[in-house]
Amino acid sequence: MVRLRSPSTLSEVEGLSFSFALYALSSTLSENYFKMIKLRVPSQLKQFDRLKTGDIVLLSGIIYTARDQAHKRLVEALKKHKKLPFDLKDQVIYYCGPSKTPKGKIIGSSGPTTASRMDEFTPVLLKAGIRGMIGKGSRSKEVIEAVKKYKAVYFLTYAGCGALLSKYVTKMKPVTYKDLGAEAIYRLEVKDFPLIVGIDSGGNNIYTIRNTQYAIPKNKQKKARF
Amino acid sequence: MRIIRADKIKNLVSELCILANLNLRKDVLTKLKSSYSKEKNKRANQILFAIIQNAKIAREEGIAICQDTGMPVVFVGIGQEVFVSGDLKAAIMRGVGSGYKKGFLRGSVAKNPLKRGKPGYLPCVIHIDIVKGNKIKLTVLPKGFGCENKSALKMFKPTAGISEIKKFIVDTVKSAGPDACPPYIVGVGIGGTADYAGLLAKKALLRKLQAPSSLPVRQAGKLQANYKLEYDLLREINKLNIGPMGLGGKTTALAVNIETYPTHISGLPVAVNISCHALRSATGIL
Repeated sequence: MVRLRSPSTLSEVEGLSFSFALYALSSTLSENYFKMIKLRVPSQLKQFDRLKTGDIVLLSGIIYTARDQAHKRLVEALKKHKKLPFDLKDQVIYYCGPSKTPKGKIIGSSGPTTASRMDEFTPVLLKAGIRGMIGKGSRSKEVIEAVKKYKAVYFLTYAGCGALLSKYVTKMKPVTYKDLGAEAIYRLEVKDFPLIVGIDSGGNNIYTIRNTQYAIPKNKQKKARF
Repeated sequence: MRIIRADKIKNLVSELCILANLNLRKDVLTKLKSSYSKEKNKRANQILFAIIQNAKIAREEGIAICQDTGMPVVFVGIGQEVFVSGDLKAAIMRGVGSGYKKGFLRGSVAKNPLKRGKPGYLPCVIHIDIVKGNKIKLTVLPKGFGCENKSALKMFKPTAGISEIKKFIVDTVKSAGPDACPPYIVGVGIGGTADYAGLLAKKALLRKLQAPSSLPVRQAGKLQANYKLEYDLLREINKLNIGPMGLGGKTTALAVNIETYPTHISGLPVAVNISCHALRSATGIL
């Protein structure tokens, strides 16, 4: 793992490139608290079991966007035992409705949307085989239980940072429900997409344990798990 | 009387939409930077850093700050000596439409709130006010709905104490928790009617965010009471340990802006309009 000094002054912050700076900060952060892990999906899905709440993950591979209306349709289709427009098994769903793609760019602004709005649909999708979700904010008890049951992971990503996150997307292709505009399902290829584990496969929720985590003495937090 | 062509209004609105969505407000950015310097929590610090970087990338590369380019809210202050030649409302709508298209912004408006369907750019929400003078002031506030969903209104008894009102405001932030993209800017409207308090809360978001240290806490007059309340609330909210992305830290809110208005003897409406850290607005004058 690369260890870099954290930028301390504002002029340093302004001058740094975003990826370098994120990397620098991530590394100082993980020194003290958590690990930073590079993962590829779907090929390294097995690693999901080893992720712990609070870990920083740089995700590469294929993810699918879906938000409110797409969730509603997917769940309705599942309930009626209809064939789905794409195979949900082992996929990672990103709660995102990107803005339009400017000329010369791969994707427009593409940050996470509030995950709790998807709560009522998530257990059904987890049952159908999805293994990961990316969003922002807290989840319901039912979702946490389902995440545990199906050994999935809920990731957080940088909320309100759509321009920054668009830099980690290398390909974008609409898949289905194109009539929904921004709410359609897109297949995204991402590289080192920065995430924080929000709920790990053991059902540990970052919003309930974060305070106790920070209370752990620093020397004990350094323990490496990988 | 001064004549202003509707076309001019359209063009300005179009520019303002792009400006607001691509360039984070300077006062917000300044506040974020000062929070970054003060925040001790490392994870919070990292997130604030990402937010500052995000604003930079958006500005330099012409990408929207946030994918949720909001439901556009347009505030119009028309000088009473102005004559608008053409259809004012249609011009504003056309301006929003063309600005959102040109800026590659997201169409996030569901035409039918019940049937939903494919989202588009329009319509926007327009608030028109008649003011003195011979100019038109236009402000575009693209309001994302992650935070708009956490708005709250409470009709207090006229005998309610300030501590009750404070508790309601702090509780509203608490219930927004990590979901609405903290650090927040909390807009509060106190007084008027139920609808007017809501409008005041939204208008409060347009006011420049001031550094707590520069607040004239000790000065006399009407403003003083508001500033004191803002200052106290900000301190209380930042003790909630919600922090950026809800992962802890003392940066839960960047500012609390309060607007007040006289109200009826039988009531005391208080509205809270929360904004995410990407508080975007742009103003132009014709």
